[in-house]
Amino acid sequence: MAFKVAVAQIKPKLGDLQSNLSLYEEKIGQGRKAGADLLLFPELSLTGYFLRDMVPNVALKLSSGEVKKLERLSRGAAFVAGLVEESSDYRFYNAAVYFEDGEIRHVHRKVYLPTYGMFDEQRYFARGDRIRAFDTKFGRMAMLICEDLWHPSTAYLAALDGALAILCPSTSPLRGITDGQAQDDNALYWELLNRTYAQTFGLFLIYGNRVGFEDGVGFWGGSEILDPFGQRIGKAKYYEEDFIIGEVAIDSVRRKRTMAPLLRDEDVDLTINELMRIRGRPSDLKKVQGLDGLRVKGAKKLRVKKKRR
Amino acid sequence: MIQIPTNVTLLRRILVSFIRNEVEKVGLERVVVGLSGGVDSSLSAMLAAEALGPSNVLGIMMPYKGSSPESLAHAELVVQKSSIQSLTVDITPQIDAYFERFPDADQRRRGNKMARERMTILYDHSARWNALVLGTSNKTELLLGYGTLYGDMASAINPLGDLYKTQVWALAEEVDVPDVIVQKKPSADLWADQTDEGELGFSYRDVDRLLYLMVDERYSCPELIAAGFAAPFVDEVTLRIMNSQFKRRLPVIAKVSERTIDRDFRYARDWGK
Repeated sequence: MAFKVAVAQIKPKLGDLQSNLSLYEEKIGQGRKAGADLLLFPELSLTGYFLRDMVPNVALKLSSGEVKKLERLSRGAAFVAGLVEESSDYRFYNAAVYFEDGEIRHVHRKVYLPTYGMFDEQRYFARGDRIRAFDTKFGRMAMLICEDLWHPSTAYLAALDGALAILCPSTSPLRGITDGQAQDDNALYWELLNRTYAQTFGLFLIYGNRVGFEDGVGFWGGSEILDPFGQRIGKAKYYEEDFIIGEVAIDSVRRKRTMAPLLRDEDVDLTINELMRIRGRPSDLKKVQGLDGLRVKGAKKLRVKKKRR
Repeated sequence: MIQIPTNVTLLRRILVSFIRNEVEKVGLERVVVGLSGGVDSSLSAMLAAEALGPSNVLGIMMPYKGSSPESLAHAELVVQKSSIQSLTVDITPQIDAYFERFPDADQRRRGNKMARERMTILYDHSARWNALVLGTSNKTELLLGYGTLYGDMASAINPLGDLYKTQVWALAEEVDVPDVIVQKKPSADLWADQTDEGELGFSYRDVDRLLYLMVDERYSCPELIAAGFAAPFVDEVTLRIMNSQFKRRLPVIAKVSERTIDRDFRYARDWGK
């Protein structure tokens, strides 16, 4: 089973939904012409990144006209849009929406919202509370947004949940100008991460970044399509607009995992046990996920029971 | 030895792209820049020429009767080398007219008045020519507060504001700023025999090494001393940074409403662009 995946490495306009929607339409058309089956857009590329107080102005309910338009554009095609999702209870999420054949198949809400240094996401966005793989007509995949992938746990969970490919919409700023490199430090770190996840978990990793500047902050581009051996089957330009396409042959996953069955050998129960121990939480307590927020169900003070002999 | 990263090839690529991008997105094509004959403005102008095309860059030379003639000659060198447009506006008449009324003004006041007069000329020409004012202040002088508020510090976009002086010199060599400009002692040229390093009391190369560790790498005071910097030097520079923070912020506004500019009314300059 093989399919063509493309990445639209674009330069969105900050806060201009209509303009970016037109850009999306243009790129979806370009993808169709190039024979792409699945097209990845960068994180928040429908809105721009440094939105700050504009977040409520560009937020879209999944029932909105703009989202309906995207659904229509996905007929006979598939793509991942990066946008601000407004939930029914007025929370704003940094979201990746997977559209396929006229419908929304899955929404991933960014879990890890960087709020340090130059970043301020958690001020404006609500945190996502789940990491899930989902089924597509091409196979089982997961979407992880930018900073999500800087937490190794997310790729780990996606792989364990059956993802054969990770789609990573990103909006990554350039920074760090160490001598002797053709790219900035951040670009190099990302490339290292992407390759490590692809090889370690034996899956395809499709990384989609943007370019352009917002208030003096540049984005490094460098989008890439990696196979389960960590090989690049598609690489975009750095710092410039681009459009790349690569063939994803799912059989490569089988070959890689046959050669190096790391996931098969992973002792998930051990991981759970150790995490519970480190967290100081007995196994009958679990985190409740849902709209109400994050609670640990049934947490109360423990009493050590004496063992009967 | 502490090495400040100076990837000049990458820097050039990024800064040229920055200028092009940030000018074009506001619907313009041109910039105006004050050419002092110093390395910062020379570099800024030459990067802009590369980004926008030389005909879209206007270098304005604004000598005062007391300016070193060398400054003007060096600025002319840059104009010739880069083929940018140029204009000379002598600021002597307006400065002298003003201080005729306040003849007891000291050197500092006169210097600041000149810096601000130059700013007003640049902004007038940016309106006249439908251009943005290109900044030239580097990270070292911005951190140390060694610049005139609303004078040379004023600009629309500044490609050098995240470069230490050490990096400015390196990049200037890379883009072929005339050697005589790169090699000379930096000076604001606001009074005779003024030099930056004479005024600051330390060299740029020394303070850049300290600033890089202190600011970029976030070294604590004990870590800086362990790295070999003298405690009084560390204290002096720390104090200079702290006491010049007002130059790096918008004016302090009294908060009385629920939503105050620059505090809870937060938008990018590139709002809608």
